[in-house]
Amino acid sequence: MFDLISFIPRAVVQGIPLLFGSTGETLTEKSGNLNLGIPGVMYIGGICGVIGAFLYEQSLPSPAEINGFLAVAIPLCTCLLGSLLAGFIYCFLTVTLRANQNVTGLALTTFGVGIGNFFGGSLIKLSGSAVPSIALSATSAYFHRPLPFADKLGVFGKLFLSYGFLAYVAVAVALIVSYVLRHTRLGLHLRAVGENPNTADAAGINVGRYKYAATCIGSMIAGLGGLYYVMDYASGVWSNNAFGDRGWLAIALVIFTVWRPNIGVLASFLFGGLYILHMYIPSGMNLAVKELYKMLPYVVTIIVLIFTSLRNKRESQPPASLGLPYFREER
Amino acid sequence: MNQKTPAVRMRNITKRFGPVLANDRAELTIYRGEILALLGENGSGKTTLMNMLSGIYYPDEGTIEIDGREVVIRSPKDAFALGIGMIHQHFKLVDVLTAAENIILGLEGRLDLRKSTEKIRAICDLYGFELDPQQKVYDMSVSEKQTVEIVKVLYRGADILILDEPTAVLTPQEADRLFAVLRKMRDDGKAIIIITHKMHEVESLSDRVTVLRDGRYVCDMPTASTNAQEMTDLMVGRSVTLNIERPEPKDPKPRIEVNGLTVRNEEGILRLSDVSFTANSGEILGIAGISGSGQKELLEAIAGLQPTEKGTITYIEDDGTREELIGKDPLKIAAMGVSLSFVPEDRLGMGLVANMDLTDNMMLRSFRRGHSLFTDRNTPRRVAQNVVDELEVSTPGLSTPVRRLSGGNVQKVLVGREITSAPTVLLTAYAVRGLDINSSYTIYDLINRQKKDGVAVIYVGEDLDVLLELADRILVLCGGRVSGIVDGRTATKQEVGLMMTRVGGHSNE
Amino acid sequence: MNKELHEPLFHISKRGAVRWYVSWLIRCSAVVLALLVCALITMLMTGENPIRIYATIINGSFGTPRKVWVLLQNISMLLCVSLAVTPAFRMRFWNVGGEGQALAGCFGSAACMILLRNVLPNWAVICCMVVASIAAGALWGAIPAIFKAKWNTNETLFTLMMNYIATQLVAYFCVVWETPKGSGQIGVINSRTEIGWLPVVGGQKYLLNIIVVAVLCALMYVYLGYSKHGYEIAVVGESERTARYVGIKVDRIIIRTMLLSGGICGLAGLLLVGSTNHTLTTTIVGGRGFTAVMVSWLAKFNPVWMILTSFLIVFLERGAGEISTNFGLNQSFADILTGIILFFIIGSDFFINYRLNFRHAAGKEIK
Repeated sequence: MFDLISFIPRAVVQGIPLLFGSTGETLTEKSGNLNLGIPGVMYIGGICGVIGAFLYEQSLPSPAEINGFLAVAIPLCTCLLGSLLAGFIYCFLTVTLRANQNVTGLALTTFGVGIGNFFGGSLIKLSGSAVPSIALSATSAYFHRPLPFADKLGVFGKLFLSYGFLAYVAVAVALIVSYVLRHTRLGLHLRAVGENPNTADAAGINVGRYKYAATCIGSMIAGLGGLYYVMDYASGVWSNNAFGDRGWLAIALVIFTVWRPNIGVLASFLFGGLYILHMYIPSGMNLAVKELYKMLPYVVTIIVLIFTSLRNKRESQPPASLGLPYFREER
Repeated sequence: MNQKTPAVRMRNITKRFGPVLANDRAELTIYRGEILALLGENGSGKTTLMNMLSGIYYPDEGTIEIDGREVVIRSPKDAFALGIGMIHQHFKLVDVLTAAENIILGLEGRLDLRKSTEKIRAICDLYGFELDPQQKVYDMSVSEKQTVEIVKVLYRGADILILDEPTAVLTPQEADRLFAVLRKMRDDGKAIIIITHKMHEVESLSDRVTVLRDGRYVCDMPTASTNAQEMTDLMVGRSVTLNIERPEPKDPKPRIEVNGLTVRNEEGILRLSDVSFTANSGEILGIAGISGSGQKELLEAIAGLQPTEKGTITYIEDDGTREELIGKDPLKIAAMGVSLSFVPEDRLGMGLVANMDLTDNMMLRSFRRGHSLFTDRNTPRRVAQNVVDELEVSTPGLSTPVRRLSGGNVQKVLVGREITSAPTVLLTAYAVRGLDINSSYTIYDLINRQKKDGVAVIYVGEDLDVLLELADRILVLCGGRVSGIVDGRTATKQEVGLMMTRVGGHSNE
Repeated sequence: MNKELHEPLFHISKRGAVRWYVSWLIRCSAVVLALLVCALITMLMTGENPIRIYATIINGSFGTPRKVWVLLQNISMLLCVSLAVTPAFRMRFWNVGGEGQALAGCFGSAACMILLRNVLPNWAVICCMVVASIAAGALWGAIPAIFKAKWNTNETLFTLMMNYIATQLVAYFCVVWETPKGSGQIGVINSRTEIGWLPVVGGQKYLLNIIVVAVLCALMYVYLGYSKHGYEIAVVGESERTARYVGIKVDRIIIRTMLLSGGICGLAGLLLVGSTNHTLTTTIVGGRGFTAVMVSWLAKFNPVWMILTSFLIVFLERGAGEISTNFGLNQSFADILTGIILFFIIGSDFFINYRLNFRHAAGKEIK
C-alpha cells in the first residue's frame, strides 16, 4: 500500500532544500548570471551554519543552558554570511572581472563542496574539542520544532504544520521573490538587466549593482537550503557528501519552473517526492532495482527539458543575456 | 543668437577605445528651439560623442556644459537628470516587456502601471503618436519601437533630445511624420540633435549643421548658408562626385525566374506571398521595401537557405537549360554548377566568422574542395591577399580577425570573397548599410563591374535615392507581396515610397 | 572646484590583442599569487611554515618514483577526458557530461569483462571492450546532442543529468554483479585470470595509458587545427548561421562531434577499467568530467596547452592531498586549494582583456 499521508511530508522535507536553491538561482538568473556554483554555495551555507552552531554549543558549559534565540540566530547568521561571501566571490569574478560564468560556477562548486567536506571532517580537530562527531541535536531541536497543534490536528497537522520554521520561510521567500519579480519596480529593473543589460544601463539602471545584489541575495537564499538540510532534515548531523547532488537538481528546477518561484513551491515538492520514491515503491528483496528508481528525478528533468525546448513561448525562455558578461563600452 | 546661453556646449572632448581615437578634441554647441544636424562619415565619432552626452561613455578629456554650467555626466541617470534623452540607432528596448514597462524602466518610486499608462497616453495625444502601452515590444514594427523610444525620453521630461540616424529604418512617409513631430518639439523650445548622413533630411529639417571628420570637429554653420555638395565635401575632406554610374544592360537574358513564391517563417507567419519576377543577366534588379517586408526571406529562398511553401525558383543557363532551385541547400545548388553568390545583411553574424582571420574566412565557401581530410590554407591565403590588394582593404594583415576591421573593410572582404568565385547570380542585402561614402562607392563600383560581366545582380537596398540611381529595374515589396516592378530610370521617389506602403501604390478603397 | 570628487577613480577599457607572452605572464603571476594565498591559508590551518608546505606539495607529486608515475597516470587520465570534451567546447556545446560519458565507457568495459570472460579468449574480450566502451561513451554523448540539434534543448543540464543516470545505472549493476554476494561491490574483476586486463607495457602499469593519451593529444591537435572537420566545428561554434549559409549541416556536425567527444570519454573509461583499476564503482571517474571543463577552458581549448593545465591541476591535487595526510587534515582540503587557484586564474583573464585607466592624471591637465 502506498502511504500517501507519510509520503507527502517526507516529499516536502526533501523538496525544501531544492526550493531554497531554485528560488535563489532564479533570482540570480533573472539578473543574467548563470550561477553553476549553487551546489557549492549550498554546501557552504550548510557548513557555515554547522560551524556557528558547533562553536556556540561548545562554548556553553552544559547543553541545558542553550538559549533558544541564540541557537537559531547564530547558525542563521553564519550561514547567511558564508553564502553571501560565496556569492560575492562569484560576482566579483563574473561581474567586475567579467570572467566566464560556466567555469567560475564550476570552480565555485569545487571550492564550496571542498569547504563543506573539509570543515565537516576537520572541525573537531581544528577546534580542539573532545567530542567524537558533530551532532548538533540541541540546535537542531530548535530548527526542527513543528508548529503548535501539529500533532493534534490529525492529517491536516501532519501535512501542513509538522515542519520546522525554515520550511515555511522557504515557501514565503519563494512567494516574495515571485511577487517582487512581477509586481515591483525592483523586479522590473532586474528583469531588464537580465534580458538586455545595454538597455537597462541606458535607462539609468546600475547594472552591476543589480547583478551583485540579485546574485548575493540569491546565494544567501540558496545557502539556507544547505542549512535546512543539515539542521532540520539531517537533525544536526553533518556527514560528508550527504547533501549530494541536490544543488544541481535545484538548478534544473529553475528551468522546470520557467523562472517562476511560485511554481517552484509545488515543483520542488514534486521533485522531493521523486527523490524518495524509491523508498516507497515495493521492490521486495531486489536491492538493485532501487538504484534504478533513484534515476527518476534526473529522467524527469530531462523529459521536462525536452518539453520546454519544444514549446516556443517567448515568456518561457531564459533571460536573453543569461551567461553573458556585460561591458558597457563593448564595441 | 550668440548672446543666448547654449543648451549644451561640449568642448575638447577626447575619447579613446584601446588604440582607436574615436573623438579628438571634438566640439559641439546647441541652443534651445533649434534642430542641429550632426554630420559625419561612419567612424567619424558622431555616435561616440553623443554617447558621452547621454552618459553611456565617459570622456577621457574635455568638458560638458549644460545651460552654461559645467557638469559631469557619469551615467545615463545623470543625463536624464539634466534633461538629456537619446534615441539610439539600435533601439534600447527589452523585447519581453510591454511598451509601458519599457518607458518607465529606470525610474524610481512605486510601480503604478495604471498611472504611468495615463501619462503615456497624454504624451501621445500631445504630439500625435499612436501607441498601445500594453503591447509587447517583440510584437511591434520598427517604427512603433521608435515611437516607444521617443515617448520614453519625453516621459522623463527630456528637453535635449538626441536622435541617432532615426530615419534609417523608416519609410519616407514615416520619416515625414517623424519630422513633423520634431519640428513641433523644436517650436516647444526643445533642443534637438539629429545624427544622419542623408543630405536631403539635413536640408529639409535642420537649422544648423556641425560636421565631424575622423573624430575631430570640422565646422559649424547655419543650414541655410550651405548645400549638399559642400557638406559632403566637408565630411569626406575632399571633393567627391555624388553620381552613381549606371551603364546600359548588355544583352539581358532571363537568369532567375521566380514564380508564385510563398514563404512562411518558423512561427507560421506569412512572409512572402505569391512573389513572381525575373532577374536578367547583365542587369541590376533593385528590391525596395520597408525593412521586414520579405527581402531577407526572398534572398535566402533563392540561396537555398529558406524552406518555401509554394512556388518555383528556376535558374536558366545561357543555353536555355532550366534548373529548379527549390528544395536544394547551398551545397546542392553549387554541385549543380550554379554559381550563386550571396552577400547577406548580417555580415559578421552570417556572411563571415567574426573571430576568424581573413584567410580562414576566405575558406568558408571553398574548404571542402579536394578529397584530403585536411584543409588547404595556401589557396585561400592567396585569395585573401588578392582581395586585400584589389579592393584596398585596410588591415594589419591576413591573420587579423575580421571583427577588428571597420565596417567598410569587413564588407569589402565579404563582397570580395563572394565575387571571387565568378558568380552568375549575385544577391546582395543592404550592401552599403553603415558604410561611409567612400566605401559605399567602392561597393557600387564592384556591383556595376559584375553587371558588366553579365552577372544577374539582385540588390536589396534601403536608400531609395541610391536604388533609383543604381538599379535598372526596381521590384517593390510590401508586406511580402510584390507591389510592383518599375523602371529605375523613370520612377520617382514618391511613386516607390507609396508602393512600399500600399500594394500597387494607390489606395484600395 | 570639486570636480575631481565627482569623477570616477578609474575606468575600464578593452585592450587590443596582447602578445602571447604577456598573457602567459599574467596567468603565471596569478598562479604564483594563488600559491601565496594557499600557503597562507594552510599556515593558518596547520601552523606550519610556508617553505615546508611548498616542500610537501612538491613531495606529493615528485617524492618517490611511484608518486611520479601516479602523477603521470592522473595527468593522462584527466588530459584524456579534457581532450574528449574539447571538440564540443570548440563548438560552444557545453558538455559537462564527461563524467557520465566516461562512466558509460567504464561500464562498457566492465560488462565485457564480466559477461564474456567464459565465452571468448582474452584478446577477443579486449577487442570487445574497446568497441563497447567507445560505443557506450559515444551513445551517452550523442543523446543530448540529438536533442540539441533537433530542438535546441539546453545541453548543459541535459549532459549533467546524464551523469547521474549513468551513476545510477552503474549502481544498479554494481548490485547485480556484486562479488561476494551482499557486499554491493564488484571488487577486482577477473583478478585470477586477468581476462580483459589491458597489457602492461614496458613493465610499468601506467605506461600504456600515458602513451595512448599522448598519441591522442597529438591527434586531437591536428584534428582541431588542420582538418576539415575541425574547421567545420570552429565555424559552427562561432556562428551557426554562418555555418548554414555556407551549407554546413549544423545538426550533423553537432551529433558527429558529440559522438567523438563521448567516444573519447568512453576510451578514458576503457583505460580506467581495463588498465588502471580493473573494477567498476560509481565514483571511478572521480570528478574528472567536471575538472576537464576547467582544464580545457584554462588552456583556451588548445590540446597542447592542456598538458600544462592538467599538470597544474593534478599537481595541486596531489600536493594538497599530501598536505592533508601529513598535517592530519581532511582530503577535501585539496578541493579548497584547487578552487582558490582556479579563482585566481579565472580572474586573471580580466587583466589580459581589459586595461584599467586611472583618472587623476587627466584631472590635473584640465586645471
